[in-house]
Formats: sequence, C-alpha cells, structure tokens
Amino acid sequence: MSARIVSRTVNRRAFLGTAVAASLLAASREPVLTAAPEAGASESLIDVNVSLSRWPARRLPHDETPELVDKLRRAGVTQAWAGSLEAVLHKDLAAVNQRLTEECHRHGRGLLRPFGSINPRWPDWEEELRRCAEEYLMPGVRLHPSYHGYRLDDPAFARLLRLAADRRLIVQLVFAMEDERMMHPLLRVPAVEPAPLASLMKATPSLRLVLLNALRTLRGEALRTLLAAGEVFVEIAMLEGVGGVEALLAQVPSSRVLFGSHAPLFYFESALLKLQESPLSAEQRGALRQANARRLSAAA
Amino acid sequence: MAKFDIWDIHCHLNGVAGRTPEERLDKLLEYAKRVGLARLCVFMGMEWAYDPAPEKMRQDNEEVLRAIRRAPGRAFGFVYLNPRHTQASLDELNRCVRDGPMIGVKLWVAQHCNARALDPLIERATELKAIVYQHTWLKVTGNLPGESTPMDLAELAARHPKAALVCGHSGGDWELGLRAIRPHQNLFAELGGGDPTAGFTEMAVRELGAERVLYGSDAGGRSFASQLAKVLGADIPDPAKRLVLGGNLRRLLRPILKEKGINL
Repeated sequence: MSARIVSRTVNRRAFLGTAVAASLLAASREPVLTAAPEAGASESLIDVNVSLSRWPARRLPHDETPELVDKLRRAGVTQAWAGSLEAVLHKDLAAVNQRLTEECHRHGRGLLRPFGSINPRWPDWEEELRRCAEEYLMPGVRLHPSYHGYRLDDPAFARLLRLAADRRLIVQLVFAMEDERMMHPLLRVPAVEPAPLASLMKATPSLRLVLLNALRTLRGEALRTLLAAGEVFVEIAMLEGVGGVEALLAQVPSSRVLFGSHAPLFYFESALLKLQESPLSAEQRGALRQANARRLSAAA
Repeated sequence: MAKFDIWDIHCHLNGVAGRTPEERLDKLLEYAKRVGLARLCVFMGMEWAYDPAPEKMRQDNEEVLRAIRRAPGRAFGFVYLNPRHTQASLDELNRCVRDGPMIGVKLWVAQHCNARALDPLIERATELKAIVYQHTWLKVTGNLPGESTPMDLAELAARHPKAALVCGHSGGDWELGLRAIRPHQNLFAELGGGDPTAGFTEMAVRELGAERVLYGSDAGGRSFASQLAKVLGADIPDPAKRLVLGGNLRRLLRPILKEKGINL
C-alpha cells in the first residue's frame, strides 16, 4: 500500500473518551427496544390487492390459492380482492376470468372476491365485461394497461370506464407489478402514465376507481389532483419511505386510502407493518384496515 | 417481533423529516421503535452526491457523527468514502473509525468497486476491523456510470479474502446478485433497499446460508416495515431469522466494538 496514512488533528483518546465511552455505557444498559403492539390488530382487515395463480418470471411462496388463503386468514384478513396473475400475458381472458372465479369459490369462499381482467383493445371485450358483471357477479374488474399495450388516452379505455361505471363495477387500475429496474429483460413494460385520468374521472362521475401499486410514481400534487377529480382511491402496497403512511395521510384524506398488500408477489407483512410503523389515530387505522373498502364495495 | 434483537445495517439521514442530523436521527429512532428495531447503522449525510469531493465527504461524515452522538449505543456510524480520492478517503477512515466512533465503511457509486483504487481502502478498513458496505445494483434499465454490480464486488472479495464485505441490496436483481457473490465466503448479502418481493430471503438463505444474510432497510428512502417484512414474512426457521435480523451483524461487528470498548 503506497498511500499515506495520516493521523488527523482530532485527539483519539479524547474522541474515544467521550463518544465511545458513552456508547459503552449505553450499549450495556440500553434495553432492547420492543415493538409497540399494533393497536387495532384485532379489527377485521380488507386487502384490496392480492393475486392468484403464477407470476411468469418466478414461483412465489404463496402462489397456490389454498396457501395464500391460509396466510391471509391467519393474518386476520376477512376479505381479499383478487385478480389473476395470468391476466398480464394470457390472451384468452375469458378462461382466466372463469378460472379466477372458480378458484375464489373453491378455496376462498367468504374471503376472496374475484376481479376479472378486461383488455379494451381486444375483440369482444364488452361481452367479457358483461360476463364479469352478470355471470360471475364480480364487484369489479382489474386493468393492466402497461401489459395490455394501451395508454390511458385511448378512446377504448374511456369507453370501458363508462360501461363499468354504468354497471356499478369498481375499476382497479394497476400502475405497475414490479420495479422496472428488475424486470425480466423480455418483459419490460413502462409504468402507467396517469395524466389523462383526472379528466376521465370528471367525465365519468359515477366511476369508483382504485389505483393499485401507484404510489411509487404518483405523488404530491399529481396525486392530490387526481383524488380530487372523483371517487379515486389508492392503496399502500408500493408506498415507501420511513413513516410512509403518516406522510401520505398528511397529503390526502384518509377516506381515500385502502389496505393493499400485493401478495403473493410481495411479502404480505410489508403492508401490515406499515400500519404499525406510522402513528395513526384509531379512526385512521379503522378507515385503512377495512372501513373505506367496505364502504366502497357496498356501493358496488 | 419482540423475540428478535433487530439491528439494521443500512439507514440514512436523507429522506427523513428534520432540519438537523440530530432531529432526523430522532425521527428514525421513533419509527424504528414502533416496529421493534433495537439499533441502527447510519451512513451518508442529509444531501447526497454521487462523486463527492473531499470536503463534501467530510461534511457528510460530520453530519453522521453529530447524529450518532445523539444516541450512543443505539445508532452506529459508517464512514462514507470516495475511492476516486484515495488519500482523502484514508484520512476520513482514520479520523472517523480509528480515532472516532464509527465502525464501518460505506462505498456508493463514485467508482466500480473492482477498481484497484479500492485496494488501499479495503486493506486499511480490514486493519481497523471495519466492515465494508458496498452498494451494488444490476439494473435492466442501465446502471449509473460508476455503479458497481455484484460481479464487480465478487472480484474485490477475491482480492481481499480477509475483508468483511457487504453486498448492498444483494445487487437489486437478487436472483442474479446472490449467485454472483455465492462463492466468496467473505461476502454477505444485504436485503434492503428494494421491493419486498416474496422469495428473496428464502433464496438468500438457501444459496448462502443464513449466516451470510443481513437485514437492512435503506430507511428513510424505504420504510422499515417493507424491509423487515422480507425477513419476518419469509418461510425460514426462527433461528435463521434471528441470524439475519441481528445475529450476523453483531458477530461481524464484535471485533471492532470490542476494540472500542463496547461489549455486546
């Protein structure tokens, strides 16, 4: 090693004598911090963002429905709004939606509520929307614009929103499924560009829109403007930053925020721990855990 | 969670509310307590620079020193170095670790970590018993010019088998990153800073063994919650969780903490 190593002007003994001795004292006496129990943990929990079936790029620990159902029930989830991971790539969405419905009934009766997928760029999508509403009695549909290859200024998307609102279906709009930096090189899709949404909401005032995995990219003024444009909700699966829920509720009304885990792609515990990390009032906690979702689905 | 003694290897003052380093550390500790974290390692200042000049490097480290004085024994500091300024980095290493309370080294994105310029820094850190945390990522969208990959770090680890090196973020694209570092027993995988994608921790423990996996959060940019979930939600046994959440970090830090008179 040729580089020069120089002692700086700080007196080592003095430095250690203060900071480190204090550390020694504190480290030996400081009790290990323990988690505050999450108040309201016994309240019911509605998860608006779960998925069934297989993610194309990896197997996941709970990608068998019975295992996921067991996981959700043990965590206190009383209702979970479920889409299908098959919907991102499969072209036969009718079969995907049928399997999703059967799977929810077979393994998750009373817990799983199916949200079918529609691609408004593909033929006969209006019939698929009818089946979701009339045959499967779904409370809503889940849309994947980035994987289905359309932008939100596409007229077909506006028409889908109108028809869904007419049928009193909740529309879930998926902004992203994973971090774009980590996508499979052959499965790279852009995040949804939300700019057209505010005017679409104003043009469809009876629509109830839930944005899934949106809070990685949708923030600040753009988020506030969109929530003010109509009955628009967000969930917390991709909300990040220390104390993230507290920070979010300082910006937007708690009545518009839902609990979403993005399980099984994400560890379910992530969303649950976010409610614990942020100090929330009992009213805020109840709203996020279940009251907002219950009110939203009751109107469906 | 109270059954685990949780130490976080990866926290920042950036992205946290507060006007001063002390206020920001208070805020971090407040949130940490709510989710059961016992101790935090903090590095880099309140505003970041990819390629900091020596003065900026020193300022960043001063801010961390101010912060950790606030909570001795609960918050530890790592010195932030820039391998493009070798002598200034060695001076900072001596000032903050040899002569100060810091216990590790943080390297970020100024230069790829397989560069020879890192060798004197790694050698000196190893002499001081400091562990070295190197940020790594494998982005399909493209890395920053000086941003290291886990493969770069594997090269560095092979040149310095006695150094304790931490692969920050496990390369982000962890399915590839974990395999890149697997052969090097002196390389440890850190879980923090990415999405809480299910299966990450299970694969890390399967490929490296629980003894080589470390919990870290990357707070304040990330939440403690999402990153803790990677371990608490993983399908691994409790003894493995205990190692990942703090046992391994305590083992790695024990020599330097002992050197500084801190007994765990």
